[in-house]
Amino acid sequence: MYDIENYYNSGTIKEAVSLLKEHPDARVISGGSDVLIKIREGKLAGTSLVCIRDIKEIKGVKKMDSGDIYIGAGTVFSHLTNDPVIRENIPVLGEAADQVGGPQIRNVGTIGGNICNGAVSADSVPSLFSYNALLRTSDGAGGRTVPIRDFYLGPGRVDIQPGEILTHIVIPEKEYRGYQGHYIKYSMRRAMDIATLSCCVVSKIDPRKKILEDIRITFGVAAPVPFRCVKTEEALKGAAVDEKLYQAVEEKVRQEINPRNSWRASREFRLQIGGEIARRAFVKTAELAAGGDGR
Amino acid sequence: MKREKVLVQCTVNGKEIAEYVDPRESLLEMLRNRLGLTSVKKGCEVGECGACTVIVDGETIDSCIYLAVWAQGKHIRTLEGLEKNGELTRIQEAFIEEGAVQCGFCTPGFIMSAVVLLEKGEVLTREIIKKQMSGNLCRCTGYQNIINAVEKVMKENQRS
Repeated sequence: MYDIENYYNSGTIKEAVSLLKEHPDARVISGGSDVLIKIREGKLAGTSLVCIRDIKEIKGVKKMDSGDIYIGAGTVFSHLTNDPVIRENIPVLGEAADQVGGPQIRNVGTIGGNICNGAVSADSVPSLFSYNALLRTSDGAGGRTVPIRDFYLGPGRVDIQPGEILTHIVIPEKEYRGYQGHYIKYSMRRAMDIATLSCCVVSKIDPRKKILEDIRITFGVAAPVPFRCVKTEEALKGAAVDEKLYQAVEEKVRQEINPRNSWRASREFRLQIGGEIARRAFVKTAELAAGGDGR
Repeated sequence: MKREKVLVQCTVNGKEIAEYVDPRESLLEMLRNRLGLTSVKKGCEVGECGACTVIVDGETIDSCIYLAVWAQGKHIRTLEGLEKNGELTRIQEAFIEEGAVQCGFCTPGFIMSAVVLLEKGEVLTREIIKKQMSGNLCRCTGYQNIINAVEKVMKENQRS
């Protein structure tokens, strides 16, 4: 039996936000693979819950007429991985979601939960940063659109106001069309483990001229919040794609990230691995661009 | 507060059931304590070991981190629902033939994960089988034989 004070179920966004306003101490629960464990550990013992898993409007993936991709916050990882729109347009997001926990967790954990719990190690988040995802929230009356980079306030803290829920993630067409992405998770075990360090590189390369038109590099666990290597990105745009550039990615990333010492790994180790996985992920995107269908 | 029980109606192993459950109760507790389905093992209770794996609407989940009230309207399958007329299914037999059972605590969870894979009707590579079974832990470390059993039945199904 879980130590839960009150449990409220909601079937619509409106119902959920009004319950949250009525019960400001209540936490939102969806898949439960984080919240229930925190209750068990005692960190959230005695909390009240507002459950949003029955809200159909916040589930599933859609490609809009504008070309923008809408991802419901309540979409579970395994559905994201198998979704035809994701596979065709932003496969790296599905691949990243496929590295969360194990199969049973991927059948219940949601992408919205992965974002809102604020963990820097969240597997789906570096890809969302690299695609400049926009987050849509609702407070019942209206809502906000927040770029994901502004959503993270500090370790475990995100920009969700009381009485508000995250409803959708939007990937604008201009942020993914023509881009290739690759995600690398470095962890001690291949399954059921949290990333020691992770990196998603998204690049746009002119396949004929072999010129790097755009690049976005995001790290998980290299700073208190997911971290975009903006300086490295700016320094490399417009460069010719060759072995020298691969080397430059590795070196510049090492100068820019600021990982910490923790029981999982030392700072020095993370710096070494960071350069390595950024280079490997970038090389992979260049290969995809060369042999790709210009997605 | 006064704890009000919530009515949950769902099907478990093909049978319709209606139970009044506590909203704080896990599906694991409902299946074991109210329905007597003791194949569903209580292991780590934090969704890491997979001993409590059951199938909900065709997908495996850890029933220890799934509230009983979420089962409303769902189709749930546990190991008890596999046998037909007292006979084991092929995957259960294969576990015995391959020596994939040692202490047996993880076995029901592994079998349920295997059932979902086998019902896809595809022959998967050993690597993919391992990935799809990675949410189940066996502390007797009998993994090779477990994967062998799944692979064996997969190939048999392909032939027939």
